[in-house]
Amino acid sequence: MSEPIIETRSLSRRFGALVAVKDVSLSVTRGEIFGVLGPNGAGKSTTIRMLCGILDPSGGSGTVVGYDIAMQSERIKERIGYMTQRFSLYEDLSVVENLTFYAGIYGVPRARRRARVDAVLERSGLGERRKQLAGTLSGGWKQRVALASATIHEPPLLFLDEPTAGVDPVSRREFWEQIHGLASDGTTVLLTTHYMDEAERCHRLAFIFRGQLLDVGTPEQIIERRALRALELETEKPREAAELLRQQPEVDEVAHYGHVLRLTTRGDVDPAAFARQLLERHGIAVQSSSASRVSVEDAFVSMVREDEASRPQAA
Amino acid sequence: MLGRPIVIAWKELLQLRRDRMTLAMMVVLPIVQLLLFGYAINTDVRHIPTVIYDQDRSAASRELAQSLRVTGFYDLLGEVRSYVEIENALRSGRARAALVIPVSYAANLRTGRTSQLQLVVDGSDPQTVGSAINTASGLVAARSSQLMLAQLSRGGIAPVGGAGLEPIRLEPSTWYNPELRTAVYVVPGLIGVILTMTMVMLTAMAIARERERGTLEQLIVSPVRRVELVLGKILPYTVIGYVQMSLILLAGRLVFDVPLVGSLQLLYALSFLFIAANLALGLFFSTLAKTQQQAMQMSFFFLLPNILLSGFMFPFESMPRPAQLIAQGLPLTHFLRIVRGITLKGAGFADVSFELVWLGAIFAALVLLTSLRFNKKLV
Repeated sequence: MSEPIIETRSLSRRFGALVAVKDVSLSVTRGEIFGVLGPNGAGKSTTIRMLCGILDPSGGSGTVVGYDIAMQSERIKERIGYMTQRFSLYEDLSVVENLTFYAGIYGVPRARRRARVDAVLERSGLGERRKQLAGTLSGGWKQRVALASATIHEPPLLFLDEPTAGVDPVSRREFWEQIHGLASDGTTVLLTTHYMDEAERCHRLAFIFRGQLLDVGTPEQIIERRALRALELETEKPREAAELLRQQPEVDEVAHYGHVLRLTTRGDVDPAAFARQLLERHGIAVQSSSASRVSVEDAFVSMVREDEASRPQAA
Repeated sequence: MLGRPIVIAWKELLQLRRDRMTLAMMVVLPIVQLLLFGYAINTDVRHIPTVIYDQDRSAASRELAQSLRVTGFYDLLGEVRSYVEIENALRSGRARAALVIPVSYAANLRTGRTSQLQLVVDGSDPQTVGSAINTASGLVAARSSQLMLAQLSRGGIAPVGGAGLEPIRLEPSTWYNPELRTAVYVVPGLIGVILTMTMVMLTAMAIARERERGTLEQLIVSPVRRVELVLGKILPYTVIGYVQMSLILLAGRLVFDVPLVGSLQLLYALSFLFIAANLALGLFFSTLAKTQQQAMQMSFFFLLPNILLSGFMFPFESMPRPAQLIAQGLPLTHFLRIVRGITLKGAGFADVSFELVWLGAIFAALVLLTSLRFNKKLV
């Protein structure tokens, strides 16, 4: 395996008394799509900012594209693309003007700027809108211009901070096709997201919660490590059934999906047999049930719940 | 490495081109201000509307009234017949002064007794009062000595000095602006005021706008260095500053006939430091302001002491000591001396070098403050 493009050791950041990021050790391989998941305020953005060299770590160390994040942040900035959380284009500039500006800012030589702008326009399908003012574009198109701007200088590493927030589902899908295209051309992508379906499109994931790294691995590994199993079932009394199931230590979560209850169990307990036995003992008939795939979301929720339960109850 | 500042400057110009409102303001503002200040703020009082209450109604009294009119300081509106009419004229604002010539004026002249003339002035405008009284007393003094001499020669006593005899005249002498026209004084100063206003506001807003729209964070994560960003922001506005300055100079020349005694090149060269100081101040404001509105408010707040204390409206020398101390810290105070010195007095580099030192010190202090505040690493 080639050397990692991002490597951190016990990276920490404090803001006064608040510990935003604590002892995060990560390693990201070249060409990976690496997803960072976590609830709001978990420390995702703080971690990205430290990796990009715009925020000094208060503890630990790390290298990004071969440079030290504390000492050589200016070198890092030249070699990465970064789409901030609320990526803002110059709304009073056209698509081409925006792209040309960023090409200049990122030091693309004058002679190559036009060719690079044309290349990213082509790749992102923006050709026809090149003269349009960025402010008049819809959300999905703005996001394309943003991605095009962030990759105008062909960076080997791309940071995307919640890139699809507020973008419609169709645009999100097209966006992910572009991300995979970039990755297959050798670009490493590190992104944060709230969308669990997006998490499953990443090669590897990291869970950050309360500033700490809870788990790292491929989506499959993460799901497997939780040893969860899932079942969808229908009963006449879904409320009572859910109430009953939730009290069992084997049950990780019960959630309503329309008329259907979705049950996840811990410790590789077979949810079908378990539910049928329990409910029938209490006189609730199970009308139908079918096994369901355990998702990253299940693993994520389970991990957060477990972490919360393990903490002393504070008011 | 000048590549990035140029890229940023070019972007600013592109944005400016689309922002017609700001662009128009930058061109129209100097002209409007010039006309406004040039015409409206007129501290030299001429053509004071005046009524005459001639109680004497003699040839001598009419002659006196005429001599008053020809000075150009008084416009004689006509005669009134009573003090009540004087009061009406003053209160309605139709007249600002009234001259009362006593009944015995002609008789007194003949007999050599002193006549008591009365000048009634509307005191609601102190500037008129001062001017009216000064002119009138000067005039009357000259006139009375003239009459006295005439009387003496008529009385057969040979005047001292013989044929070359002339009545004593008060000859006020004013240098550099002989007609004491306010426009000549105001227009060069206006260059400083307009530059202060637009330079500080434009740069303060230029960064605040990026912060407000979130594009600043995008620049901060880019490899652009602080100094490159600042240079790129300052460059286009410096050009605009010079355009405004040229507009004011040109319009001042065409409309108000403001002279340019000194060297134009020197003026343009020395203005650079002043423009730079204002831009640095604008940048400093932008590091404090979170929104464009705050930046704008700060700029306006800054403008007021500049207009009041710098010597633009009131003479620096007549201000109390604390105000003078504050004024020393304003770039405009020093620039006014430079620009008035060069345009009106033909001052050279050596004449204004002391002011340049001041400007340089202010600029250096601002740059230091700004770089301390302008932290590229975001927290």
